[in-house]
Amino acid sequence: MTVTDNPVASFHDNDQHPVGFGRMLRKEDPRLIRGKGNFVDDVQLPGMLHLAILRSPYAHAKILGIDVSAAQAHPNVVAVITGADLAEQGLAWMPTLSNDVQAVLATDKVRFQHQEVAFVVAEDRYSARDALELIVVDYEPIDPVMDVRKALEPDAPVIRDDLDGKTDNHCFDWETGDAAATDAAFAKADVVVTEDIVYPRVHPAPMETCGAVANVDQISGQLTLWCTSQAPHAHRTVYALVAGLPEHKIRVIAPDIGGGFGNKVPIYPGYVCAIVASLVIGKPVKWMEDRTENLVSTGFARDYVMRGEIAATSDGKILAVRTNVLADHGAFNGTAAPVKYPAGFFGVFTGSYDLEAAYCNMTAVYTNKAPGGVAYACSFRITEAVYLVERIVDCLAHELDMDPAELRIKNFIQPDQFPYTTKTGWVYDSGNYEPAMRKAMDMIGYDELRREQAEKRERGELMGIGIAFFTEAVGAGPRKDMDILGLGMADGCELRMHPTGKGVLRLSVKTQGQGHETTFAQIVSEELGIPPEDLEVVHGDTDNTPFGLGTYGSRSTPVSGAAAALVARKVRDKAQIIASGMLEVSVADLEWMKGSFQVKGDPEKSVTIQDIAMKAHGAGDLPEGVEGGLEAQICYNPENLTYPFGAYICVVDIDPGTAHVTVRRFVAVDDCGTQINPMIIEGQVHGGLTDGVGMALMEIIEFDELGNCLGGSFMDYLIPTALEVPDWETGHTVTPSPHHPIGAKGIGESATVGSPPAVVNAVIDALKPFGVRHADMPLTPSRVWETMQGNHTPPI
Amino acid sequence: MQVTMTVNGEEVTKEIEGRLLLVHFIRDHLGLTGTHWGCDTSNCGTCVVLMDDEPVKSCTVLAAMAGGRQVRTVEGLEVDGVLDPVQEGFMQCHGLQCGFCTPGMMLTARALLDDNPDPTEHEIREAISGQICRCTGYSTIVRSVQWAANAESESPVTVGGAS
Ligand code: FES
Ligand code: FES
Repeated sequence: MTVTDNPVASFHDNDQHPVGFGRMLRKEDPRLIRGKGNFVDDVQLPGMLHLAILRSPYAHAKILGIDVSAAQAHPNVVAVITGADLAEQGLAWMPTLSNDVQAVLATDKVRFQHQEVAFVVAEDRYSARDALELIVVDYEPIDPVMDVRKALEPDAPVIRDDLDGKTDNHCFDWETGDAAATDAAFAKADVVVTEDIVYPRVHPAPMETCGAVANVDQISGQLTLWCTSQAPHAHRTVYALVAGLPEHKIRVIAPDIGGGFGNKVPIYPGYVCAIVASLVIGKPVKWMEDRTENLVSTGFARDYVMRGEIAATSDGKILAVRTNVLADHGAFNGTAAPVKYPAGFFGVFTGSYDLEAAYCNMTAVYTNKAPGGVAYACSFRITEAVYLVERIVDCLAHELDMDPAELRIKNFIQPDQFPYTTKTGWVYDSGNYEPAMRKAMDMIGYDELRREQAEKRERGELMGIGIAFFTEAVGAGPRKDMDILGLGMADGCELRMHPTGKGVLRLSVKTQGQGHETTFAQIVSEELGIPPEDLEVVHGDTDNTPFGLGTYGSRSTPVSGAAAALVARKVRDKAQIIASGMLEVSVADLEWMKGSFQVKGDPEKSVTIQDIAMKAHGAGDLPEGVEGGLEAQICYNPENLTYPFGAYICVVDIDPGTAHVTVRRFVAVDDCGTQINPMIIEGQVHGGLTDGVGMALMEIIEFDELGNCLGGSFMDYLIPTALEVPDWETGHTVTPSPHHPIGAKGIGESATVGSPPAVVNAVIDALKPFGVRHADMPLTPSRVWETMQGNHTPPI
Repeated sequence: MQVTMTVNGEEVTKEIEGRLLLVHFIRDHLGLTGTHWGCDTSNCGTCVVLMDDEPVKSCTVLAAMAGGRQVRTVEGLEVDGVLDPVQEGFMQCHGLQCGFCTPGMMLTARALLDDNPDPTEHEIREAISGQICRCTGYSTIVRSVQWAANAESESPVTVGGAS
């Protein structure tokens, strides 16, 4: 293959230029390594103004009055807008992705610390911030509801008195599975283990914070919004519905995005404020939040208080799992999940095991904390589900004094049971679990590590080996079941071939670092046999891409990846008809040779896809009924979710004097079905493993009883640096998805989902000599120390 | 006030507010948006540039303090169309995903290799430990820097060099 038009190509090795799948250097890198990316804050427009948001210092307080006069008098200030101003336009409230409402700017009262109260638009960044200091707000504090366990007490202050007839802090109830069958399984069990397990509130904290530049053309009424959005099409439709702007006059551009992890799925008040400001003032307006604003007000994750119960026979056959969950949804239910799934996909808490029964009931409540709920690469709450089941299975191993690997292997769903319907109704598409588990054990040298651990225990040294085996459910999803705000979760894709055989592929999904420009070109390359360099991938611009719901929940490859393969096949089908005319044979006499059609049995007679593209656009007749041009469009509605899985093993050492945990090794064996670009897959896994170490050992968004957020900066919200994580060791098995056109399953969130229990299980294993069976995340030195002393306290 | 400094080899003079941070000077006044901003507390390192060949967090330096100094940003890594080996290493070893931390990481790596052409894995990790990457998990960043170290030891021509 030759590549002539890409100046960067000379840096690439040939083996990194596959046609189709394989390791290939990324098409997005040449601009990013030169500092020539285009992130939202890089957008500079002539006359652009800057917006800053005033936030509440209280978690719960009535707003008695706001005096903006001094701020308005600031020489560089153009406008100061409060909730009352927005209310006049009917814009003070907006819908959340869970059909709740959220205040754009507070009018009646504030419901979480740092809630948006007013905004300033000024000539420059610094003046906008200065003017915030000049706004005087008269608050009357109300007792905040910070303890999720007390939110439903009869005398708890009612947070959502904006909702008609609301007299308590109840958000929703949800259940899944069969309660009676589960009770019966528990009744006959030899062993029942119960553990209270908390998954504390954490935050995705992408390195780029959220922001937007809004530009409303005063004459055409066209709104262009550059925005940190993982779902530009969904955002555009919501703006149309909320603000009453005509949808065809809205163009949402998500340019380069500095990490998302679910944080950039919701619509935040700041985006709406920027749009309103540009509408009102008639100039482009930029809003970029600072790091504190990002941590304290945007989509958090988790905050589940769970009771896990597991029932088994004395020889380690797991019969049933039961759980009761108290879910803290913060002040507004901003969960981004398919409408029929208020608890996301938590229903997969049955894990990778063949059970007789399972049951979950959940109560969700409002508290005076920031809204959000589904973020941080959680695959719609599968993070919580996997953590629960993998922790409770380890508790069972502890009670039975069984090796945790052996216990898992004994209970795995067997390969011949797929497709497997779980006791909560999920249809796992394919799996072959034991080889993945054995591979991880081989890679890490499991038996040798257990020997080393035994020796160390003799000497009083604390070493732990933790295992987690997870099954994910990704690629939401089939439109019969899944929609967000009424928008079905199908995704579009368009492929247009140019006369010379190059092409442009337009996607509805949007990379935030996952490398879509590369992998999607590889998918089409595999289908059409043309070099990926010959394909331009366009995404993140609603004017130039087909409709679809965006990138989160590891859905890009399962949904849009399928669309890309199918749209290429559609192009290929047309190409075959054109080729039959060119070679003067029937369509059935042609054979596809990955890049050309050849007359069966006559290798001399063939035409390349490039020849066909030229013919499609060129002079001369085409076969009867064939239009000119070579392009296709598709909207892919997935038949089912895909179910990637993996086996993770973590080794930790704990300093008995300081209780400091060091992650010594981590082996991750992932199975995401067919691999498109192993280099990118490895990178996705590495990132997720680091998240897992972060959550297990250091990350937490805590609050004091007054509602002050204690995790509002990178001084307090600790994220692993290069010194806190080991050199990752990864492996894979390949079990293709039977219903995905190329058999791919998605990998973006697997490691974030699977790694926290592996790290925690390793720490608990190290603490076995202290009789410890459970301790909650984050396992900071102080919590580990307290646990060693028998004083474990949950974080919430 | 007026400040004059050399940025990527070119002298610039601008009228600025005394409180202006170097990161905003570089991004908003010079339009060099490859240098990023990611936190309020000097923890993330997305803003790292070289000042007289030393990595500094440009969010923690006033533009005025850079007066008379040599500042090098990511845009100054490639010289005369030739990428710095560190840039090439990041591409070859998948040292970046979203690319937001990458300019800062590469500049720290450049300073490390200028100082220590053959760093150990631990030395690389230590050098970048004041910076956060939320995407890569660091192993591929370490490999990228090692790639650059190897490339430089194989062809010891200074590619790029201090500006
Ligand atoms: S912006 Fe975070 S350290 Fe400078
Ligand atoms: S590549 Fe995204 S933060 Fe480092």
